Amino acid sequence: MKNSVRNVYLLPYIIWIGLFVVAPILLILYYSFFDIDGNWTFANYKTFFTPIYLKMAASSVWYAFLITFFSLLVAYPTAYFLTKTKHKQLWLLLMILPTWVNLLLKVYAFLGIFGTYGLANAILETIGIGTKQILFTDFSFVFVSVYIFIPFMILPIFNSLEELNPTLIDAARDLGASAWTTFRRVVFPLTLDGVKAGCQAVFIPALSLFMITRLVAGNRVITLGTAIEEHFLVTQNWGMGSTIAVFLIIAMAIVVIMTGNRK
Amino acid sequence: MRKLISLFAAVFFASFVLLYASALLNKTEGYSGKNTLTVYNWGDYIDPVLIKKFEKQTGIKVIYQTFDSNEAMMAKIAQGGTTFDVAVPSEYAISKMKEEGLLIPLDHSKLPNLKYINPRFLNLSFDPGNKYSVPYFWGTVGIVYNPEMIGGKKITSWNDLWDKDLRNQILLVDGAREVIGMGLNSLHYSLNDTNKKHLQEAKEKLDRLTPNVKAIVGDEIKMLLVNEEAAIGVVWSGDAAEIIAENDKLDYVVPKEGSNLWFDNMVIPKTAKNIEGAHQFINFMLDPKNAAQNAEYVGYSTPNEKALDYLPKEVTEDKRFYPDFESVGNLEVYENLGKRMLAYYNELFLQFKMHRK
Amino acid sequence: MRSNKKWATVYLVFVFLILYTPIIYLIYYSFNSGGMMHDFQHFTLKWYQEVLHDTRLWIIVLNTLTIALLSAAISTILGVIGALAIYYVKKRHMKQLLLTLNNVLIVSPDVIIGASFLILFTIIGIQLGFTSVLLSHIAFSVPIVVLMVLPKLQEMSPTLIDAARDLGANQWDVLTKVILPFITPGIFAGFFMALTYSLDDFAVTFFVTGNGFSTLSVEIYSRARQGISLSINALSTLLFLFTVVLVIGYYFISQKSSTLYGMRGRRK
Repeated sequence: MKNSVRNVYLLPYIIWIGLFVVAPILLILYYSFFDIDGNWTFANYKTFFTPIYLKMAASSVWYAFLITFFSLLVAYPTAYFLTKTKHKQLWLLLMILPTWVNLLLKVYAFLGIFGTYGLANAILETIGIGTKQILFTDFSFVFVSVYIFIPFMILPIFNSLEELNPTLIDAARDLGASAWTTFRRVVFPLTLDGVKAGCQAVFIPALSLFMITRLVAGNRVITLGTAIEEHFLVTQNWGMGSTIAVFLIIAMAIVVIMTGNRK
Repeated sequence: MRKLISLFAAVFFASFVLLYASALLNKTEGYSGKNTLTVYNWGDYIDPVLIKKFEKQTGIKVIYQTFDSNEAMMAKIAQGGTTFDVAVPSEYAISKMKEEGLLIPLDHSKLPNLKYINPRFLNLSFDPGNKYSVPYFWGTVGIVYNPEMIGGKKITSWNDLWDKDLRNQILLVDGAREVIGMGLNSLHYSLNDTNKKHLQEAKEKLDRLTPNVKAIVGDEIKMLLVNEEAAIGVVWSGDAAEIIAENDKLDYVVPKEGSNLWFDNMVIPKTAKNIEGAHQFINFMLDPKNAAQNAEYVGYSTPNEKALDYLPKEVTEDKRFYPDFESVGNLEVYENLGKRMLAYYNELFLQFKMHRK
Repeated sequence: MRSNKKWATVYLVFVFLILYTPIIYLIYYSFNSGGMMHDFQHFTLKWYQEVLHDTRLWIIVLNTLTIALLSAAISTILGVIGALAIYYVKKRHMKQLLLTLNNVLIVSPDVIIGASFLILFTIIGIQLGFTSVLLSHIAFSVPIVVLMVLPKLQEMSPTLIDAARDLGANQWDVLTKVILPFITPGIFAGFFMALTYSLDDFAVTFFVTGNGFSTLSVEIYSRARQGISLSINALSTLLFLFTVVLVIGYYFISQKSSTLYGMRGRRK
């Protein structure tokens, strides 16, 4: 009985995967072995293992990690408090709404807000800290990235929290656990699936960010996405671009395996 | 389950309504008609009034699509599947497209208005005889700066940028040839230098510039300079014109060591369906009155000599944007250096970007 | 407990403020008579007038919304099927393989997706335009739907299915009466994320579009070189307000209707 169920779902999904995932991967793999003149070569892979690209890879991973971490930090309490409100679905939707405004526009707005004469600095002036250079720093880069990715983290965590049986919390409290212990031992582990989904939905795309690295970080932060974009479009070196993409996919596979379910 | 079904029902219903509305609008605008012309241009790079004028004059419906970079545009045209009749690439892209056989030669007999173009802008190295392209807008690469923010200093050369007092005051455009070119020019080398030793020299000199460089950015550079985020920017002249229009504290200068002369030209891609219409469109844009109107809207410098008669004096006599070529130093057009050399330029640029950390 | 509520509200308000600040900034400058998002000169409605007269822009908006809604809907359906497929796979390695394949599109830079889809469509011979854009959007939205739905499936206690079976439910009933209702929050989450992916996408759409078919993102990014005029701010404001009204309206209507039918009780 179970077998026939499985096949029914697998079929359409595998077709989609075959067409839109496997085919492009094969294409990318194929291109990665060609150099800029169209000759078959392993040179691209050799180039990847030079300090420049390795540094870039490390930088990408590091920033993706930071962004995921801060997104989680902000999103979890948000999701938690949202579940306690009346009209929680409404507030949730209203939180997602800003995401639908075009990215470029929002980043331009941030350029204005974080500018030397912008809103943020105006606030800093009034509370006495004085004007600071916010744009083109690691801070603004991570901040704006977190801003962009937050709804992807809030939604799955919110869903997980909604599933949580409140009597479990009551029971823990009854047994004498403090708020923190209840969170650590009961709430968090039970919402782990949502947290993992959120982390995947943030970390993975964050690895190939390039728009925000240019717009907000002024190219002070270089990710693998920056290099790929350049290779594909500017240099027309699809070979090297594909090679970097291969490594991105491998990195993602590692993430998937590491956060995989032990169930 | 009910909620799910109602959601999906609503979504499908809404999308079909939208589709219908869109089709209706397309019909009223005549986009689905037979006599059409597809134009592929930069965003906001033509006066929409002119498109309507053309449509009225010729009865041809213009389908307008936009792109944001030469490379993306070339990738699209090269792949096929598109039917652009007219495109507006930059000069270095044209040499590439020629090489790859992506362009159709122009029939000059159908372009009588070509005679109005300043001969200095014709027959250039990227398209001898203007076989494939006709100039649309042109400009230079130079330095925009805010004298107030740098203590009243005047900037006249690339080398001025390396001044130690200019810490963290410079914004650069995200272009390998522009930045490496700046390095080359400052060492009095040509912008089209392919000598790897010279290029390494330029890159090392640029590395010494990094303490002065605040950020390497794209089109948002205009907004940043207007907002006085930094005192200096290396930009294209068209951008400079817009920046100065918004904030007149800023000034533009073409450095005396030399710089890049750029062109955006109209071409007919090989995928064109309406070649006759394409010629009509190009000829229409070459009409001096139209060219002048376009220049007023877009704000860039027009190559159309006769059009200058229709533009206000303070525009045409602004030496920053309509320089007299004798006084300006070595202005070079980018030559197609070939894929390998270009890749090398880009590698150097990538290294330069990473050096900053 | 009381003070916790205060802090909760403060925190939420703070987050809301930060989320909406750029949006308010955009709306504020849409009324600026000066040309840029800087130095507010005086109040004007001219950008809104410009928007209302720009028919080409409205066609683009309609295209964008259609693609977003359709691709989100279809990819949600496909994504649910995918999540179910992965859920039912027993072997761990197979599961991980499917998951990895699923996530490939999320990790790949848009440029690569765009370029490879373009090649794909050219080989198959699909005309560039509405169809190619729709297919591409569906393709890259499916993974995120899977990611949003899968955790809900995993949280579901398998005994629920067993119980249903014991009570005589067939395959279809198990699916529609047990599984789907349980994972509905995940489905909604997936749908909204798919909508977001579609609305925001520029690079993929750019590569696979043609024939005059354009979306708002492509149009906006193309204007960046020239400077995005404030009429785009005006357009975004209009769209944004429209969506807010829609969301609030939909919410209160559904609240009303469920209390009318007396279906709502504490669903938890």
